[in-house]
Amino acid sequence: MTPLLEARGVTRVIGGEQPTTLVAGVDFAVAPGEFVAITGPSGSGKSSLLYLLGLLDTPTAGEVLVNGRTTKGLDEEARARLRLSQLGFVFQFHFLLPEFSALENVALPMRALGRLDDAQMRRRSFDILSSLGLADHAHKRPDQMSGGQRQRVAIARALANEPLVILADEPTGNLDTQSSAQVLSIMRGLVGETPAAGRKAVVIVTHDLDLAARADRRVHIVDGKIAAFESAAR
Amino acid sequence: MSLVLSIALTHVRARARQTLVGVIGVATGVGFSVMMAALMEGSQRDFVTQLVDALPHVSVTDQRREPPRQPAEGLFDMVEIRGLSTPATRPGIKNPYAIMASIEAWSPGAVAPSVQSKAVLRFAGRDTAASVIGVDPRREIGVSKLATHIVKGSLDDLYKTSNAIILGDGLARKIGARVGNSITLVGGAGRTLSANVVALSHSGVNQIDEQQSYTLIKTAQILAGQTGLVNEIRIKTLDAMDARDVAARVERETGYKSVSWLEANEDLLSAFQIRNFIMFAVVGAILLVASFGTYNIISTITHEKTRDIAIMKSIGLPARIVRRIFVLEGLIIGALGLLAGWLLGFVLSWAMGQIEFKSPFMDATRLPILYSPLHYVIAGAVALAASAVAGYFPARKAASVQPVDIIRGAS
Repeated sequence: MTPLLEARGVTRVIGGEQPTTLVAGVDFAVAPGEFVAITGPSGSGKSSLLYLLGLLDTPTAGEVLVNGRTTKGLDEEARARLRLSQLGFVFQFHFLLPEFSALENVALPMRALGRLDDAQMRRRSFDILSSLGLADHAHKRPDQMSGGQRQRVAIARALANEPLVILADEPTGNLDTQSSAQVLSIMRGLVGETPAAGRKAVVIVTHDLDLAARADRRVHIVDGKIAAFESAAR
Repeated sequence: MSLVLSIALTHVRARARQTLVGVIGVATGVGFSVMMAALMEGSQRDFVTQLVDALPHVSVTDQRREPPRQPAEGLFDMVEIRGLSTPATRPGIKNPYAIMASIEAWSPGAVAPSVQSKAVLRFAGRDTAASVIGVDPRREIGVSKLATHIVKGSLDDLYKTSNAIILGDGLARKIGARVGNSITLVGGAGRTLSANVVALSHSGVNQIDEQQSYTLIKTAQILAGQTGLVNEIRIKTLDAMDARDVAARVERETGYKSVSWLEANEDLLSAFQIRNFIMFAVVGAILLVASFGTYNIISTITHEKTRDIAIMKSIGLPARIVRRIFVLEGLIIGALGLLAGWLLGFVLSWAMGQIEFKSPFMDATRLPILYSPLHYVIAGAVALAASAVAGYFPARKAASVQPVDIIRGAS
C-alpha cells in the first residue's frame, strides 16, 4: 500500500557559520488509517520533522513524498496547493482568524481551493462543526469561545478539504484535561472508524504520554534522529 | 464575494480608525488636487477667454515683417543705401476692402476695418492722450465685444451725429466729460476736431477703459489727415484656435503682417505651460504624501496580521493570494478616499468660486473655477495607483512571511 506521507533521508540544517541540524536523515512513512505519535524531548526536532512532512519547510537533503509523489523541486505555489488539498494542520495555538466566525474559519480552506460553491461550502462547514459538537457556536468569533472550542474549530478547519493526512503539533498543549480528552477523542476518531476515515492518517507531535499511548505507532526522536519505533496493540 | 475581497474588507473594517485616517489622507489629497486643478485651469481658461474676447483673433496691420526691397537693390548686385527715414504718417493697407472681401471668401467668421490713431482729448481745461480707434459699427459687432461694453448710449449712436465719439468710462472720468458733452480732439498732425460724446464703454479692463475711444472710420481718417486710411483689419475666426493658420494665409497672400492672438501672446501661453507643469507637480506631491499614509496603514495591518498571514499560508493560500489581499486593502482605502476626495474637491471648488476677488486693474470678480470631469479622473487615477503601490510593498513583505518562523514563535 502506498504510504500517504513518506520521508526519505530527510535532513534539515539551519544557520550559516555554525549550522544546526534540526532533523538528520529521517526515513519514515505514514500508512492510510494510521494514527502516529511523534514524541521526544524538547528541542529534539519533533516539530521540525512535522513541518517538513507538512511541506511547511523544505529539507536540506532527502525528500518528502505525498501519496507516493515526490515533492522535491516543487515551487512554493505547488507546495501550497498540495498543503491546501491533501494536508490539514492543527497547531498548539488555535490560529483562527480573529475577525471571522467559526463557520467562516472552517470555510476558508474550501474557499481557497474553490471546488465547492458557496452554499455547499456553508453546508459542509456547518456539518463538520456539528460533528464536532459546535453547531451552536458556528456563528461565534474565536474570542467568544473557550480554548477547547477554538481547538475543535481548528480541527474542523483542518478537515475542511478532506485531507489525506492531519498533522497536529501539540494540539492539546494549551488545553485543560477535559478539553484535551475531547480533542484527543476527536483526532483518534478521524482514522479507522469509517471507510472514508480509513483512508486518512493522523500524525501528532506530543509530549503527552497518555495521548501518545493511544497512537497506533510511536516514533521517538532524539537529536533530530529517530531513536525508536514503537507499535501499540490496538 | 471572493476570498481575497472578503478578507481584505474584514481587515479594513476591523481597523476602522486606521482605515478612516487613511481614507481622510487620500480624500484630502484628492480633494485639494481637484480644487487646485479647478482653480488653476479655471483662471487660465478665464484669462485666455478674456484675451480672445478682448482682442481680434487675427490683426492685419499696415506693416511688413521684412522692410520692402528698395528698387536699386533689384538693379545692382551691391547697393549701399543711406539716410532712409520712416514716413511721418502710417502708409495704411492698400485696397483694404478688396483684401477684406478676399478674406471673407475663404475664412468663415467676421472681418472689420479700423483706423488706429492717437490724439489728445481736451475738455473743460483738462488734457489727456488717448487712442482714437475708427470703427465700422456694423462690422465691429462681429469682431469685438465693443457693442456689449457700451454702458451709456449705444454703438449705433456713432451714426447719429457728426464727429461722434464713444469714450471709455475711465477716460471720460479723467477729463470730466459726460454723454452729450462736446470735446476737442487734437490729432498727431495738429489737426483739431470737435467731437460729441455719444456713449461710454466699459470693458472691465482699466487699461482699455482709461485709454481708448471710438469714432467712425471717417472721423478717425480726418483726425489722422489721411482720407481712405485703414491701418488695421481685424478678423474673428469661428474657432479661435484656427487663428494661427488664418494669419499665416493672410500674410502669405497680402504681404501685410498678420498676427494671431496666439502669436501675440506666445510668451503668456508658454508661461501657462510652465504653470501647468508646476500645478501637476504640486498635485502629484499632494497625492504622494497621501499615499504615504496608506502605506503606513497597510504596513501596520500587515505587521499586526503576521500571524494570520502565517496561518493562511500554512493552510495553503499561495503567496500571490496573500499579496493580493493587502494590495486590495490599499485599493479599498484608496477608493474610499477617492470618493470622499471627489466630494471634498467639489465642495472646495464651489467654496473657492464664492470668494470675491478684487483687482485694481479689473472689476471685482469671483475666482474662476473650471469644473472638469478630467480633473476628477486624473486625481482619482493617481490616488488609486498611489494606493496600490502603497499597498504593494507591505503586501510583498506579507507574502514573503515564512509560516514556520511565525508558528514556532507563537507555539
